[in-house]
Amino acid sequence: MTMNDSKEKGMSLVVKTVTRISVGIILLYGIYIVLHGHISPGGGFAGGFIIALSYILFMLAFGKEEILKRIPQSMISALESLGAIIFLVIALLGFTVGYFFSNWLPKGTIFQLLSAGTIPISNIALALLEVSLGLFGIFLVLVLLKFNPKE
Amino acid sequence: MSTYFLCLILFSIGLYAIVRKRNIIKIIIGMVICSYAVNLFLVLFGYKMNGRSPLYSPNQQIADMVDPLPQAMALTSIVIGLATIALVVGIAMRIYEKYGTFDITKIKNLKG
Amino acid sequence: MKIVPLFIILPLGAAFLISLYGKKKKRFCDIFSSLITFTLFLISVYTIFSVNTRELPFIYKVGGWIPPLGIPLVIDSLTAFMLLIVSFITFIINLYSVNYMEQFTAKNKFYTLFLLMLAGMNGVLISGDIFNLYVFFELASIASYALVAYGTQAEELEAAFKYMAMGVVGSLFILLGIAFLYSNYSTLNMADMAKTLTTQGVNKAVAFASVLFIVGFGLKAAIVPFHAWLADAHPAAPAPISAMLSGILIKSLGIYSLFRVFYNVLGANHSFLTLFMFLGTISIVTGGLLALGQTDLKRMLAYSSISQIGYVVLGLGLGTPMGIFGGLLHLFNHSAFKSLLFLNAGAVEYATKTRDINKLGGLRKKMPVTFNTSLIATMGISGIPPFNGFFSKLLIIFACIQSKHIGYGLWAIVGSILTISYFMKLQKNVFFGPLPKEHQETNEVPFLMKTSMVILSLVCIFGGLAALPRISKYFVKPAEKVLFEGKEYKNIVFKVVNEK
Repeated sequence: MTMNDSKEKGMSLVVKTVTRISVGIILLYGIYIVLHGHISPGGGFAGGFIIALSYILFMLAFGKEEILKRIPQSMISALESLGAIIFLVIALLGFTVGYFFSNWLPKGTIFQLLSAGTIPISNIALALLEVSLGLFGIFLVLVLLKFNPKE
Repeated sequence: MSTYFLCLILFSIGLYAIVRKRNIIKIIIGMVICSYAVNLFLVLFGYKMNGRSPLYSPNQQIADMVDPLPQAMALTSIVIGLATIALVVGIAMRIYEKYGTFDITKIKNLKG
Repeated sequence: MKIVPLFIILPLGAAFLISLYGKKKKRFCDIFSSLITFTLFLISVYTIFSVNTRELPFIYKVGGWIPPLGIPLVIDSLTAFMLLIVSFITFIINLYSVNYMEQFTAKNKFYTLFLLMLAGMNGVLISGDIFNLYVFFELASIASYALVAYGTQAEELEAAFKYMAMGVVGSLFILLGIAFLYSNYSTLNMADMAKTLTTQGVNKAVAFASVLFIVGFGLKAAIVPFHAWLADAHPAAPAPISAMLSGILIKSLGIYSLFRVFYNVLGANHSFLTLFMFLGTISIVTGGLLALGQTDLKRMLAYSSISQIGYVVLGLGLGTPMGIFGGLLHLFNHSAFKSLLFLNAGAVEYATKTRDINKLGGLRKKMPVTFNTSLIATMGISGIPPFNGFFSKLLIIFACIQSKHIGYGLWAIVGSILTISYFMKLQKNVFFGPLPKEHQETNEVPFLMKTSMVILSLVCIFGGLAALPRISKYFVKPAEKVLFEGKEYKNIVFKVVNEK
């Protein structure tokens, strides 16, 4: 009765309810992997991938209009380029110490959250802004491709 | 020794799929299998007998870890493979739009 | 010493900035990209003079980590020579594409991909570590796959798919080769690997890895068993991208990487050099024969590229000083006149909207600049004195005879005869003869396209001077010395690293 209703986009009610609970947990898990990139395995790419997966799950369950209301398409490409530029600027600021790409913030005691110099900042810039939006952008473009196949 | 052979067999399965299959999507799957095989091969080369995983944690000593450098190389290679496969899937979808088929024996506008 | 990473930082930063701002202001991306490529050209001129007067390479330790623990960026004479070629041709093609790419939409995406490809090529040239070379190789390859499919017409997509399928297999073979080399020597630094190889000698795993490298890099360099993608990909790309692909990408990613790994890292032994000479000669003859029967303008130029790269591989594979000098000089000459020929073909297509030489004719009165530059490029590539192609081909043929491989020299002469015959066919059908009715009102191309073609033709006319000893002392001769004394690479690199 509700599965083939043409007014409802996305998937069925069971999927929507489970997604409402779990998408926040997936996003939080991804952010945890990114922030602890210098202590435990993971880091920029793996964490960014998981954050992108949470966006994709939201889009699959609720339809593309919902996600486009929250993150419009122009913002995706702008933020993605901005993430790459921030990463390059952080690497360039290593020139102040002497060498390109060196680690120029003070490295605190090991295994603390705020140690290891520029590595956490690079992880955050890479994962939150570039990798997640890049992968989500690829998925969005492949879904939004309106095409008329030539018969 | 036999694990290296299994990796090369996986690579040749992927290569067979690229060379002999007629559907574009099967060719793309062949590319993915090939890159999995090469990444596995890279990680296998760093193995040391009775080594443990190369994580630096506060309560274990540093002795006999497996080599971590091939693991970093495999991570980079996975990301490069992701970008390549995303691009080839996009091109394959556009080919379906222009030609109407996924069969490579019918996509033959360029000859000579 | 601080200028070395600029070769990667400038195009990379500019690519992302253009992707961010390019849609808003129309002229912004043109002016910004031209400024960046011009700056890179000036930096490369400064680099080649300072490296060749210093006689020692520039080495930059990324992040401050000492090699072999870290990644060094090495500019020695061969790298500086290739950087000069890449920067110059990129600047000229950037000027050309300001006007040519008006036919397509989304120009900012074109410039982003173009600058990313340039960053990848520069990274391949200056990397001192073999895995770093692979990462930048992939960056340039992915950008070139996207640029070949840029117009999204049916043929361009098909050509891009064929190119990608072969390119992915080639890259995976290179990664397998790197895995074998790493497993043997447990280092990725090229100088360190060379040092360990001379003490330990060559075993079977290294021979297998060498064959994998020949397949992988040879596929990007379009050496004959692996040339099938070039004939489809080069005509389908837009004209400035065809000029980039055929003029510098196959040389930077294919020929440079192949010969850097073979001469400096693995040590060139006799059987591999014979293999290179054999493959080069087959490329010369196959490319020439296949180009004779073409009717598409750019497809004929693509097959001609295969033939000329065969000359370069033959020259570099000889292993004698004159052979390597001739090969490197032919590399420089080929980028000049092949880029000019592809830009001319693009100008003809821009003006008349067709590429079929049976439908063209008599354009020499309507498009005088294009006709004159095309004639100069044709005389250069056919080896007519005093244009630049004559000197490099003569040096390669002399080097073949001098090292007693007379058969290869004869095949090189046959290739030269084939070259002049199909270029005569092209000139006659496109520029001479009667003007067809539908092309009566074509006129000359816009100003920037004309300027770029004229500058390249000046290089074609005066390029023969680069063979003189007084000029080549600063330019080609140190590059040839790096390759000929291949084992000195590691000594020089370690000397410069240890003296800081």
